[in-house]
Amino acid sequence: MRVAENLNSALHTLMDTRQDLYLLGEDVLDPYGGAFKVTRGLSTRHPGRVLTTPISESAITGVAAGLALCGDSAIVEIMFGDFAALAFDQLLNFASKSVSMYGSRVPMRMIVRCPVGGGRGYGPTHSQSLQKHFVGIPGLALYEMSHLHDNLAVLEEMLAREEPCILFEDKVLYTRPMHAVRPPFTVENTGGVARVSLDTRPDCVIVAPGGMAHRALAAMYSLLMEEEISCTLLVPSRLYPFDVDVPAAPHVFVVEESTAGGTWGAEVAHAVHRRHWDRLAGPVTLVHSADSVIPTAAHLEREVVVDETVIHRVIREVIRG
Amino acid sequence: MTTTLDRALVPKLDDADLTLMLEIRAFELKLLDLFSQGLLNGTTHTCLGQEYVPVALRPLLTPGDHVFSNHRGHGHYLARFGDLEGLLAEIMGREGAVCAGVGGSQHIRRDGYLSTGVQGESLPVAAGVALHLARAGSGALALVYIGDGTFGEGAVYEALNIIALWRLPVLVVVENNGIAQSTPIAANLAGTIAGRAAAFGIGHHLVEGFDLPAIRTALEPLIARVRQGEPLIAEFATHRIGPHSKGDDTRPPEVLSELRDWRALYAAAHPEQSERLDQAARARVEAVAADVIARPPSRWAGP
Ligand SMILES: Cc1ncc(C[n+]2csc(CCOP(=O)(O)OP(=O)(O)O)c2C)c(N)n1
Repeated sequence: MRVAENLNSALHTLMDTRQDLYLLGEDVLDPYGGAFKVTRGLSTRHPGRVLTTPISESAITGVAAGLALCGDSAIVEIMFGDFAALAFDQLLNFASKSVSMYGSRVPMRMIVRCPVGGGRGYGPTHSQSLQKHFVGIPGLALYEMSHLHDNLAVLEEMLAREEPCILFEDKVLYTRPMHAVRPPFTVENTGGVARVSLDTRPDCVIVAPGGMAHRALAAMYSLLMEEEISCTLLVPSRLYPFDVDVPAAPHVFVVEESTAGGTWGAEVAHAVHRRHWDRLAGPVTLVHSADSVIPTAAHLEREVVVDETVIHRVIREVIRG
Repeated sequence: MTTTLDRALVPKLDDADLTLMLEIRAFELKLLDLFSQGLLNGTTHTCLGQEYVPVALRPLLTPGDHVFSNHRGHGHYLARFGDLEGLLAEIMGREGAVCAGVGGSQHIRRDGYLSTGVQGESLPVAAGVALHLARAGSGALALVYIGDGTFGEGAVYEALNIIALWRLPVLVVVENNGIAQSTPIAANLAGTIAGRAAAFGIGHHLVEGFDLPAIRTALEPLIARVRQGEPLIAEFATHRIGPHSKGDDTRPPEVLSELRDWRALYAAAHPEQSERLDQAARARVEAVAADVIARPPSRWAGP
């Protein structure tokens, strides 16, 4: 099963089982089923609760907040995550604030789904990884889709938090198969963190969100084969608040697609430094895209966006010197 | 809509106008063709069916005017600059690209011209440019192209209010093709565009058909007033006859058959001129494509 199908079926299950759940987004009706086809079939089954909306990201996020205030649940699809910028005020100043600013806790069950990332030649305003812009907002939890996490469980967990959540979905994942990990690596999933490892003690730990997992896995494989460097990969489903137990290893790398500056990885590194400073051989290494807009042309985009070669090179350099 | 033709309803266009319209058409068809051959990546939005809109406006603009385009902007660019090579190179990331291949199909900047792919964003920016132009006293204006669906964005209304309050020389050209991606206007827009203009005290002019001389005659005095600080919304009732992007047209056959394609109507009314100019237009586009495809990748100095 492909990741998009897994997500689509998770949405179907949720809409079937929760009569108070709405789904809002641009062009989500059948037969179109959303720009990335993730909402396919939903409007046919649930015409009253799956609503196609005008091109109004701010308003529809506010509408979701209104539904949540009344005790309903709502999922908003932002066509390209980049346009979540238009919904930022609703998320920052209303939805997340409402959870606590009225002096007692107001449950707000709402999820904003954001397809993100480059690699498809969509250009500077349709390829960004916006996770870092949402880090550190009280009352707002950040999740990222991965092929190692079942989307139904992830969506259930988000709704159970009773606070606004964003689900970042790397667009290139949609067509990837679920759960695939190349031997000799094996995967185990505990507490929302997928851990991909060998049975030896690792030379390093890589922390990466779902969209980066394939590139990290490819680098782990080539590092093992070409350099005999063994890595353990941790893919947390929840990016923020970040609460992951990083296993003992001398080197830790955080890999993400975000461009440089104020990254999620910097937040993770800080947490790891505080907890494990004395057992690290050096500071956590951040691997991310260049400090740049994401160009449209494929040959230019490749120079900016992190890929497995970059991950391989950085890890080899840090470990081998 | 009827396809039986009254020749008088399709007045003859001048060769230069028709050539430009046909070149834009041939360019857009070539893009879809290159996509299907796997020679283009990313995304693109063609203006098939709407080519005449920027061509109609072309002689009404001055070199000092600023044009703000959107995701469906190839026609806007070509009508302003005629630069098939530079645009194709931009879309393909080849040498000679207008913006080094960084911006691609929907992020293009060239003297007095700018496009961006985020809906509604350009209206406030156009207001700022118009404020500058007004103070400079040059009589230049800012023209913003938007689609009917883009009226969903709040920024559009914030900008219209400012434009009207400050009497800014802004011409908003709405290409009302009755659809936004897959969503028909009935599901996107309460009320009307004329009603919105009226609410802000901004003039509104509806353009139907593709009789370019008549369109220009009607718009000319209105645009002269825009230059004096009387903003205008010119709404073109038009048709998107192709997909939103590529291969994503989910409109049912009965809706598609209702669409009016100026080119088919014109070719039926004026077959000889159409055929002659169309062949030339397609030959030019083919030559440009062959040239651009053979070029090396574009180079970018970096961010
Ligand atoms: C802020 C924002 N939201 C959504 C989109 C995705 N999108 C691109 S074009 C489009 C439809 C635009 O419709 P309309 O304004 O009617 O112009 P048309 O495509 O018909 O020319 C949408 C939803 C976008 N580019 N920007």
